[in-house]
Amino acid sequence: MDPLDTLQAEAVVEFAAIDDPDLLEQAKARYLGKQGLITERMKALGGMDPEARKAEGARINRAKAAVETALNARREALREAALAQQLAAEALDVSLPGRGSGAGGWHPVSRVRERVCELFAGIGFEVADGPEIETDFFNFTALNTPDDHPARSMHDTFYIEGSDRLLRTHTSPIQVRYMQAHPPPLRIVAPGRVYRVDSDATHSPMFHQIEGLWVDRDVSFADLKGVVTQFLQRFFEREDLQVRFRPSFFPFTEPSAEIDMAWGDRWLEIGGCGMVHPNVLRHVSIDPEAFRGFAFGFGIDRLAMLRYGVRDLRLFYENDLRFLRQFV
Amino acid sequence: MKFSESWLRQWVSPRGDTEALADLLTMAGLEVESLAPAAPPFSGVVVSEIVAIAPHPDADRLRVCQVACGADKPLTIVCGAPNARVGLKAPLAVVGAKLPGGMAIGKAKMRGVESSGMLCSAKELGIAADAEGLLELPSDAPVGADLRQYLDLEDTVIELKLTPNRGDCLSIAGLAREVAALSAARVEAMPLQDPPAVHQHARGIAIDAPADCPVYLGRVFTGISTTAITPLWMRRRIERAGSRCVSLVVDITNYVMLELGQPLHAFDHDRLSGDIVVRRAAAGEPITLLDGSEATLDPSFLVIADAAGAQAVAGVMGGARSAVTDATASIFLESAHFAPSVIAGRARRLNVSSEAAHRFERGVDPTLPERAMARAGQLLADLAGAQPGPLVAVRSELPQRAPIRLREPRAAAVIGMDLGGKTITGILDRLGLAHQKNGDAWTVAVPPHRFDLAIEEDLIEELVRVHGYQHVPVRAPQASLGMPPRDESVLKVAGPMARLALRDYLEVITYSFIDEGDEATLHGNAAPVRLANPIARQMAVMRSSLLAGLLGVLRGNVAHRQPRVRIFERGRVFLGIDEPSQQPERLGGLAWGGTMSEQWGVPSRAVDLFDVKADLEAMLAPHTLAAEPWAGHPALHPGRAARLSVDGRDIGWLGELHPRQVQAFDLGRAPIVFEIDLAALPQAHAVAAVPPARTPSVRRDIAVVVEEAVQWREIAKVIASPAIDFLHEVAPFDIYRGQGIESGKKSLAIAMTIQDTHKTLTDIEIDAVVNAVVERLASAVGASLRQ
Repeated sequence: MDPLDTLQAEAVVEFAAIDDPDLLEQAKARYLGKQGLITERMKALGGMDPEARKAEGARINRAKAAVETALNARREALREAALAQQLAAEALDVSLPGRGSGAGGWHPVSRVRERVCELFAGIGFEVADGPEIETDFFNFTALNTPDDHPARSMHDTFYIEGSDRLLRTHTSPIQVRYMQAHPPPLRIVAPGRVYRVDSDATHSPMFHQIEGLWVDRDVSFADLKGVVTQFLQRFFEREDLQVRFRPSFFPFTEPSAEIDMAWGDRWLEIGGCGMVHPNVLRHVSIDPEAFRGFAFGFGIDRLAMLRYGVRDLRLFYENDLRFLRQFV
Repeated sequence: MKFSESWLRQWVSPRGDTEALADLLTMAGLEVESLAPAAPPFSGVVVSEIVAIAPHPDADRLRVCQVACGADKPLTIVCGAPNARVGLKAPLAVVGAKLPGGMAIGKAKMRGVESSGMLCSAKELGIAADAEGLLELPSDAPVGADLRQYLDLEDTVIELKLTPNRGDCLSIAGLAREVAALSAARVEAMPLQDPPAVHQHARGIAIDAPADCPVYLGRVFTGISTTAITPLWMRRRIERAGSRCVSLVVDITNYVMLELGQPLHAFDHDRLSGDIVVRRAAAGEPITLLDGSEATLDPSFLVIADAAGAQAVAGVMGGARSAVTDATASIFLESAHFAPSVIAGRARRLNVSSEAAHRFERGVDPTLPERAMARAGQLLADLAGAQPGPLVAVRSELPQRAPIRLREPRAAAVIGMDLGGKTITGILDRLGLAHQKNGDAWTVAVPPHRFDLAIEEDLIEELVRVHGYQHVPVRAPQASLGMPPRDESVLKVAGPMARLALRDYLEVITYSFIDEGDEATLHGNAAPVRLANPIARQMAVMRSSLLAGLLGVLRGNVAHRQPRVRIFERGRVFLGIDEPSQQPERLGGLAWGGTMSEQWGVPSRAVDLFDVKADLEAMLAPHTLAAEPWAGHPALHPGRAARLSVDGRDIGWLGELHPRQVQAFDLGRAPIVFEIDLAALPQAHAVAAVPPARTPSVRRDIAVVVEEAVQWREIAKVIASPAIDFLHEVAPFDIYRGQGIESGKKSLAIAMTIQDTHKTLTDIEIDAVVNAVVERLASAVGASLRQ
């Protein structure tokens, strides 16, 4: 074998066997350094005749290039190995929990309230609000429920001591306040706390309602059915939800209806609604011949109970964090 | 309202079973709340009579009865009931009978004597909750008859949840009229025979208040049997209507009320004196009511009085003095019409429950008193042997009900569908509403029993109700699509709430009414808004702050061994009752326990005021929160509390709970609490964006030593005003006390960001800024540069 070829082969083999970058550089010096074996051969070219020098020079250059290639490959391999080792050493137990603060969240009643408002915002309903200590006028009289009306006994009212004020028994007074301040046409939903003298597994002395009102030149009972039906189907995300309207009585609507929905194998009462009574419109100086309206009301707590499978209303007001954390 | 289905079906019987009837009623607005069978299922029980009794040879408590039950010869029945006696009629379960609960009756030897059946108590048949001895049947009960048929036990008790507008349905006759209108079935004619007067005993009647009482009928009945008892069929109907049977006379008046809807009142004739006067009560007029309660009346009440004073609160309840008793032989029977306005709310004011008032305040047909008097007279004569006197009737003009105009186009517009003239006419006819048609409108007369029909909408409801709500189309409404305005400066409450939730706070909802003591101690409010009728002492006053509720939640969760509690509530507080603005909405919060939940890799540290302040700063960003020391809150640590403001406007407070309260609530360590007035929050705004400067900014740090009492806000203020050119931001980054710093002083390290947005600053310009800060601090707060 040609000594140059032998030299090249030895270098390649030697490099491949080296695992330490420093040793690799020492080995490089042995072949390619100033006194390296290949460098020496280059130096030796000076004594040759031009023809031979050219041919031998080209041969040495090829060998040198091959040795350099082998060297670089080995350098690269060693770098890769070192990096791999570093990465392996740096590996984390990614299954450990994240560090830092946790996440809070909204009360289920608030979640439902926001969801209902959002659904109605989709068809242009604004959100309205009103005081919780109300006057008899806004809670009853303006809603066509004069003093001593038998319908008043439907609501067990909390009264404020030493005054004629009361805690609103429904969100309907907001309707009246809003209509007083805003000319029709108008579309609002009004969520809020309401109060009745009642307390057991399905009744809380304080609970939440959301009231809807649409007053316009040409709205009808059929539109009311449409809005309420679609709302319940969207809220419960069940397009096949059966909704039933049943004649009923509220002093402030005429015609009035209870809203039932098919739940399991029975009908469940979920809200009330009706066409705004002309007397209510007159109370706020809206001409019932020019405008008509419909109104509807749902218990937010009841919607939340059904939506989230909560059996006992009291859980909403016990504020046990173990319960509330489920809604984060 | 409860009633017996078989009673109704005697009046009107639409096709279909009980469920179909219930559905018809419910879908017409007469909601059926429950259906209950009159008796649980059983079979093989007949009416029997004990014809002979002998002692049991081997058992003291048992007897051997010979019982006739329509078979060829009497059966031998062993029985232990104490009331078993010869001649008694009682139910017998014969061999093969099945009793409620599935018990099957066969021949059985009882202590050696074979019994061919079982004599039953009401309890064993499931028709009473408890019973002593055998069910005693009337002596005229037909021996051998099937007991279910004889007692009409195939009946169903239907309970309606009637709305207050439908007082006309508070009777069998009224329901029958309604069912007939809804189903097109016919109401059976009920023949009525008013017994003629057989004596001349009568009582004069004068009406002082004809508007309150346009019709008053009175009739004296004498010779009432004191031994006659209420017949079984009447008892059954009264009891299935949910009422109690009292005595024959009272039962008859109740029965007529349940049947026709007209409340009646029977006075003991012999305990009245002089003429009857219908008048308003005098102020302070006393009366002892039937239920024994003492009432003091005022002129808003109408009374039935005699020479001795008020004997009844008209239409509400009779008085004790003239009440009928078991010994009453003569009665003065009242059948009158009282206007709803003089009855409404009166029973509630007297705190009594009254079936009569329940009907009168909803409106009773003013043409009913005659019919009801005749019906009661008939029953009194037939069942109690009563002798009627002449009828005394005082009438004034009945209130006129204005006819209602019903326009077809209006009905179509309200309902959202055109029913068509023919259908409308048909419905008016079915409801028995007399009408006259002119063009596309009807003039409709209101019948005297329908107090709920006054305006056109009332008739439109009747149309759609009888037509069926289910037949009104479900339509997506049409509207012009105007995009509503959205003011970007209106702060959405949802924003701050969402930011708090992201910072690990859970929302809670607590009651708006709290304990009066908490209101005083925690909120410092000795004159709270009080409820007149709280449901509990600890829910007696309206809260003026959210703090007490939040602390209550904390206490509850600490009791559940929660190691860390971070909560907030959004809700109104109540500072007064006059204006809505006295019920501001607040956002309150509380943090207790570690800054973070216990976890690996983070040393645990208790949350402090600055942690919560950072939460509030994040909640309010981009606004800058300012805090002033504040010792004015009774429940907060006076040295660790602050009033908060934004742009000089007070928005609420933040602080550590007072050690006294920490102890009182048994919390171990102090929670940090805050409350923000949502209405005072700064408005949001559409941002006017500035591009980031392209010139480099420079940071320079200084450390100054100041007196301990010097607060950061003073330092910040001194540096900020008047503004120093190129000084962009100033922030403290370390506070040091201890070695190297004189006692009573602290070293404050301050980072300054210095930048000119137009050019790169020279070292000289930068040093000038630093020097200006140092000089100001030296002269304003006596700060010295720390060496």
